Amino acid sequence: MDNNILISVKGLTKTYQMGEVYVHALRGIDLDIDNREFVAIMGASGSGKTTFMNLLGCLDRPTTGTYLLDGINVADMDDKAITQVRNQKIGYVFQAFYLLPRTTALENVELPLLYCRKMSTKERKEKAMYALEVVGLADRAKHYPNQLSGGQQQRVAIARAIVNDPVFILADEPTGNLDTRTSVEVMELFQKLHSEGKTIVLVTHEFDISRYALRIITFRDGKVISDVPNNDVHIASVDLKKLPRLDIEEEVS
Amino acid sequence: MDIISIMKIAFKSLARNKTRTFLTMLGIIIGVGAVITMIAIGQGATKVVNDQISSMGTNVIMVISNTSNTQSRARQAAGSGNLLDEGDVKAIQETIDGVLYVSPVYSTYGQLKYGSNNWRGSIAGADVDYFLIRDLSLEEGQYFYPSEVESGAKVCVIGKTVADNLFLGEDPVGKTMRIRHIPFTVKGVLKSKGASSMGMDQDDIVIAPYTTTVSRLIGQRWRFMTIMVSAVSKEKIPMVQEDIMNLLLTRHNGTTRDDFIVRSQTDIAEAANTVSKTLTVLLASIAGISLLVGGIGIMNIMLVSVTERIKEIGIRMAVGASKRDVLLQFIIEAITISLIGGLIGIIMGWSLAVILGQTMNWSISVTPWSILLAVGFSCAVGIFFGWYPARKAANLNLIDALRYE
Repeated sequence: MDNNILISVKGLTKTYQMGEVYVHALRGIDLDIDNREFVAIMGASGSGKTTFMNLLGCLDRPTTGTYLLDGINVADMDDKAITQVRNQKIGYVFQAFYLLPRTTALENVELPLLYCRKMSTKERKEKAMYALEVVGLADRAKHYPNQLSGGQQQRVAIARAIVNDPVFILADEPTGNLDTRTSVEVMELFQKLHSEGKTIVLVTHEFDISRYALRIITFRDGKVISDVPNNDVHIASVDLKKLPRLDIEEEVS
Repeated sequence: MDIISIMKIAFKSLARNKTRTFLTMLGIIIGVGAVITMIAIGQGATKVVNDQISSMGTNVIMVISNTSNTQSRARQAAGSGNLLDEGDVKAIQETIDGVLYVSPVYSTYGQLKYGSNNWRGSIAGADVDYFLIRDLSLEEGQYFYPSEVESGAKVCVIGKTVADNLFLGEDPVGKTMRIRHIPFTVKGVLKSKGASSMGMDQDDIVIAPYTTTVSRLIGQRWRFMTIMVSAVSKEKIPMVQEDIMNLLLTRHNGTTRDDFIVRSQTDIAEAANTVSKTLTVLLASIAGISLLVGGIGIMNIMLVSVTERIKEIGIRMAVGASKRDVLLQFIIEAITISLIGGLIGIIMGWSLAVILGQTMNWSISVTPWSILLAVGFSCAVGIFFGWYPARKAANLNLIDALRYE
């Protein structure tokens, strides 16, 4: 077995029962993702990519199949253990940021640390502050989400995702609520994190966004229809230079 | 996760929603405050009644002739045989076990004069034991002596009200005042006792030897006597009471029980306490209802807050909060609200009780058990009404919670 495999799913299915009807959201997925990969999962709505993301993120359980994360079968775990996995191994970035309102950027980033092992307040603050520095928002630590632009909010969310040093970052349509330039900025950040050794799984339906990943997996009707390396990887920092600067958000403080 | 961290999370969450937190607390504040105030008022009333009753004296038993209401006509019709006399006093003193002090009391009214001042006051003709039975202590001067009772000396001890109104600031001790034109020497002034349980001023009194009172002020024909007895202990009261009744029936053979009333302090206290206890329970239950309503208010707001915070719960669960963490967070929030509300309620209730006591001139008494009751109740309310919303929050489906709009 390849030691470099981080995620290995076999025969993964998910069936929902909606009244009398069974909906087969996933019809058997076999997939391996290595450490330090940057994968984009593509697909139209209804393709099963969101369901797959939920299973990958341990937010939901498969109907059948195995899911080995870091060599451990997550599909068999009890609730308590799954909670630990979510806390320690996975960093989430959501489309709608999902920051706690009336809570400063720093406190939002601290959140996963609050729910893990005992840690001194000082250590927690330092870790959270470091994560904010990584996403370039150290100066916004005391700001509340409603005082930040969309791009900044998403970067706070990314800081929260990396603060616990997870084995992979799961990003669900991270640019769905952002304009083009901000989207590219966020992708630049993901590319930076990837270059620093993070594994990233990006779920998107936008072709433009998937081009920043190194491998593109396409879903349709609950199955993988293509799984190919990206031969035309875009570099976000290069693209940014081509985009016009709209200095409207940066002044918000 | 450890409980301290969850507490921190809960406190932060409460602090972030100050208005909501305060409004939730308000119900508990009012409830606990009402309980404290109401019980304080009820207890105060009980205390006043008890104080008044104990101001009668210690372990007091009174023997009253039942012809008291129609003093003069009963005297004419029934003859002296039915009335108490000094022989009864002696018999009680000598034959009944458990009797500590006995004194006859002859009561009358009269015009009092000192110099150009005059005052109408009640006069009690008694023996020296009377001071002991009724716990009357002196402010200045001294009591009269047994020898003065025997010789029928024209001496007296006066209450504070009489001293104030008749002597107008002069020191009454050693002065001669006139009772119905007969000169009496004031030997002492009593310490103030305040109003009696019947609302009478117990300081508006002149106490003189009963011998002098009968011979100089009342006359043999109009005498009317009460016998005051004090028992050696509270426990002996019922026995002594029964013995006195039997003795008097024997001595006044042929009379029925109705001619005498033998009443003890305990009887009076019990009757009065029943009233004030009912009052306390009534007030406390009204306050209790408002506390209950406050509790339901907590549940209401917590439930709304769970719905409002579904997404927050989802986020917390996604980044690693377990069901237990969420459950505890919500319960701690509810308990914190009710505890802090309870504490504020105690302060407010206490202050209100004190203010009421001062402005309305009510006697109030904040007892430790009423505070304990209120705190205990508000804690229970927090846990009881916090549990359901907390469980609801903890059992949310993670994905549904995250996607909730």
